[in-house]
Amino acid sequence: MLEAQIHVTLKKSVLDPQGDTVRSALATLGFPGVTDCRIGKFMLLRLAEQDPAKAKTQVDEMCRKLLANPVIEDYVFRITEVAG
Amino acid sequence: MKWGVLIFPGTWSHQDFAHVFQDVLQVEWGYLWHKETSVAGYDCLILPGGFAHGDYLRCGAIARFSPIMDAVVRFARNGGPVMGSCNGFQILCEAGLLPGALLRNDSLQYRCRWVHIRTERRDTPFTRTSRPGQVLKIPISHGEGRYSAPPQTLAKLRSNGQIVFRYATPDGQITDEANPNGSLENIAGICNEGRNVLGLMPHPERASETLLGSEDGRVLFEGLLAGALPR
Amino acid sequence: MHEPSAITPDLVAQHGITPEEYARIRTILGRDPNFTELGIFSVMWSEHCSYKSSRVYLAELPTRGDCILQGPGENAGVVDIGDGLAIVFKMESHNHPSFIEPFQGAATGVGGIIRDIFTMGARPIALLDPLRFGPLTKGKSRYLADGVVAGIAAYGNAVGVPTVGGELCVSETYAGNPLVNVFCLGIAPTNRIFLARASGEGNPVIYVGAKTGRDGIHGATMASETFDEGSEERRPTVQVGDPFKEKLLIEACLEVMETDALVGIQDMGAAGLTCSSCEMASRGGTGIEIDLARVPRRETGMIPYEVMLSESQERMLLVVRRGTERQVMDLFHKWDLDAVIVGRVTGDGLLRVKDGERVVAEIPAVALAEEGPVYHRPVRRPAYLTETEQADLSGLSLPEKLDQVLLDLLGSPNIASKQPVWQQYDHMLFCNTVVEPGSDAAVLRVQGTRKGLALAADGNGRYTYLDPYEGGKLAVAEAARNVVCAGARPLAITNCLNFGNPERPEIMWQFAEAVRGMGDACRALQTPVTGGNVSFYNETLGTAIFPTPIVGMVGLLEDIAHATTQRFKAQGDVVFLLGETREELGGSEYLKVVHGLEVGRPPALDLTRERAVQQVCLEVIRAGGVSSAHDCADGGLAVALAECCMTTPKAWLGATLTLPGEMRPDALLFGESASRIVVSVRPDKTESVRAMARRHGVPCVELGMVGGDHLMLRGQGFSLRLSVEAIHWAWGTGLSRALK
Repeated sequence: MLEAQIHVTLKKSVLDPQGDTVRSALATLGFPGVTDCRIGKFMLLRLAEQDPAKAKTQVDEMCRKLLANPVIEDYVFRITEVAG
Repeated sequence: MKWGVLIFPGTWSHQDFAHVFQDVLQVEWGYLWHKETSVAGYDCLILPGGFAHGDYLRCGAIARFSPIMDAVVRFARNGGPVMGSCNGFQILCEAGLLPGALLRNDSLQYRCRWVHIRTERRDTPFTRTSRPGQVLKIPISHGEGRYSAPPQTLAKLRSNGQIVFRYATPDGQITDEANPNGSLENIAGICNEGRNVLGLMPHPERASETLLGSEDGRVLFEGLLAGALPR
Repeated sequence: MHEPSAITPDLVAQHGITPEEYARIRTILGRDPNFTELGIFSVMWSEHCSYKSSRVYLAELPTRGDCILQGPGENAGVVDIGDGLAIVFKMESHNHPSFIEPFQGAATGVGGIIRDIFTMGARPIALLDPLRFGPLTKGKSRYLADGVVAGIAAYGNAVGVPTVGGELCVSETYAGNPLVNVFCLGIAPTNRIFLARASGEGNPVIYVGAKTGRDGIHGATMASETFDEGSEERRPTVQVGDPFKEKLLIEACLEVMETDALVGIQDMGAAGLTCSSCEMASRGGTGIEIDLARVPRRETGMIPYEVMLSESQERMLLVVRRGTERQVMDLFHKWDLDAVIVGRVTGDGLLRVKDGERVVAEIPAVALAEEGPVYHRPVRRPAYLTETEQADLSGLSLPEKLDQVLLDLLGSPNIASKQPVWQQYDHMLFCNTVVEPGSDAAVLRVQGTRKGLALAADGNGRYTYLDPYEGGKLAVAEAARNVVCAGARPLAITNCLNFGNPERPEIMWQFAEAVRGMGDACRALQTPVTGGNVSFYNETLGTAIFPTPIVGMVGLLEDIAHATTQRFKAQGDVVFLLGETREELGGSEYLKVVHGLEVGRPPALDLTRERAVQQVCLEVIRAGGVSSAHDCADGGLAVALAECCMTTPKAWLGATLTLPGEMRPDALLFGESASRIVVSVRPDKTESVRAMARRHGVPCVELGMVGGDHLMLRGQGFSLRLSVEAIHWAWGTGLSRALK
């Protein structure tokens, strides 16, 4: 069975207030070494599609249409074989 | 009897508690900034609603590490009364002073509206002057108020009598319809085992004057004001 | 971004600057501008910042009154309400950003208007959000509506300013261009109002808040262009709001204002650092020098052009007294906010921008802020009006089942309960909300006094489309009537004027007429305009929206005990109609929902009569014994009466009423004649109501009595009877049914 692991994050140029706040909280807690923090979403999809190439095309379309907001977000994903 | 109202960056209900203490109940009170390290001189602590640190990452997750929280934990462990409403409830859970967690409402939307809650326990300093099973008309205002806890925790809450408020119909029935956020067993508020720490999602400060639609919330302050606590 | 090597005519055109405007820039500077200067001129002289097409008309609006402390020209208007307190309020649009990214567009709209209010020294205590979308059954409109509502909720709730009301209207006309208007009101001590002025040569200029990124570069020029196929591609300009940072800014700025350090303050909204610096200098009659090397940045490699034009959110520019820098910085640091001295006030009247030692722009501040182009654009009456005005409605078929028509109207999205929307907004914070959303106006008490404030937003695009002058009048009149029904005396308005492309003479004519109508109504009702916003270019692919002027009205209750809602209160109360029903179906919701027509003339409005009706309503409320008061508007008298029955579920209050009048039953029931108010009063007060109406020459008819669990309406040639439960179901679930 194929599984898609998708990361959606705000585009690099887009402000991430949540990431900034977490970064400064980490600094307050004694972790000053974190120079940047970006927070996003992680999604796992199980796919009926058997063919990795086709799955890739499908997932890419899913990301563009729904899973990521192309206005402000970027996405990356990989497709792996997992035990059904 | 002096009330301490905590302010974290992003807290917003502190002014409303201050208004109720100053203008409605006319009692002594003061603000406590989150960077302070002592709560000396205060008899009861309030953790008000709001979006402390923007509620970023998780509600209450960053606020629980504020310098003042060490003092709050010590105060609570020594039996001092602490009440967290809304975001304050979330912070108390993150800080481990109360069990369980508040998750996103089942509607997936923020809800601001009047609800009714039934008083399940009168053996806390906050509810000791309420009537048995008293139903309070009181507002909620939150996006993440769905109380959740693992089965064994829930069983313990039940057997210890730590469930203080449940969402109910105006006549006190516990129904799904009366549950505004999908909380387990309609739980609206709980206390710790020592019964001196109370957390609830509704806003008692917003229900303290008839002009605003209800003064039922005052009972939560009156219990403590009614005199020395039986220890 | 790289700086182009030369300023070409193409580059000038891309900045939306005409050859004539460019020639003026050269005259002002005595040379060609460089790239940074071109960018600065383009945003300051854009329609959005300069009001170049609307200025000549806006000048005709009444802006003075006894209680007006500050009219248009500052960040917001200020009105004295006595007891040493003032209210500060304004409305703005965020239509274009919301179309491109609905959640962030709406969120940053809320953030922006809140900054305009606390900048003046006021604590923001209430928001209203008038919204317009295409039919919610359509995917795109639904996506926009969901995103906008979620964005308002996310920002407003987190920042801690309650949203106490607003409007949601749907119409095909907004499908390609939604309207997101945001109103904010704050309260301040009268003696501690701050202005956006830079004075005192040598005083430091401080930058506070979020770091600067490339967000929203050219947002101001975007709002001055119409949408075309490519506008979705222009998306990288979207700004992201941070309500948490804004909350810190509110608290920190209000604390600074309690010291005597502050000289002037302005938020960096549209056109960011450019607009805030040159406007503050211009108003103060001074100059400002800023060093971009000191501006905190979020991104690397930004050129001066980008830093000056960035619209990153949650940033403020302050001028403080020399010597207080340390004190002010400490205060901001207490709130974990970045604060940096970026420049100083000068005496030469110039906006001088440096990047380290290098001067990258030098322009007279007044030229940017005050001496932008002013256009008397050509106007022409649109041809469609001949057709819509001549529509013959006398031959319209009369629906058989009038009770079903009433239920259909109650369930239509424009009339149905908006609770599914406003229950997503915190509307109770600050313990002021005496009347929640859902009545004619929200009522807030003013803490520390006996007073109250009534807030309402109103505007009917269809009326204004069918007759811009009358539409402008009606928007003001209905908003005033709304606050009167809540028991308040109308004080003043702010407005948001949403129109198409002003370069088209028909649009400019609509604008001129609507503003003229608003001015006449404001004069007659003694509600001056304290400021507002013009949003042009609301078009997609050459089709303009209905011209939609929206009025934000504020009223004052001398005694909060007079707060009144639209709902019936007690069995046996007597129901009166103040005002007169005429056979007027033009532009009505009924005509649209039932017959699919948007034609005719909007209801005629006699401003003298309007004022008299409002006066009677206020007098009877103040005299005591009034249980409810409700304005008759969308859906007419029958809808208004049904809305009065929407009391507590399971404790229904119906009424048995006879509607006098000789006309088509649908016109009597659903026509939208202006200047009408339904009041219910205690039985012992009926004589005094009649007497007051007589004294003001206002028609006053007793319709019947409150009671039972059915609404019964009788009149010449019709009789209908509906259970309040059925009415409540239709109205209460209308919106959620439309969203399914």
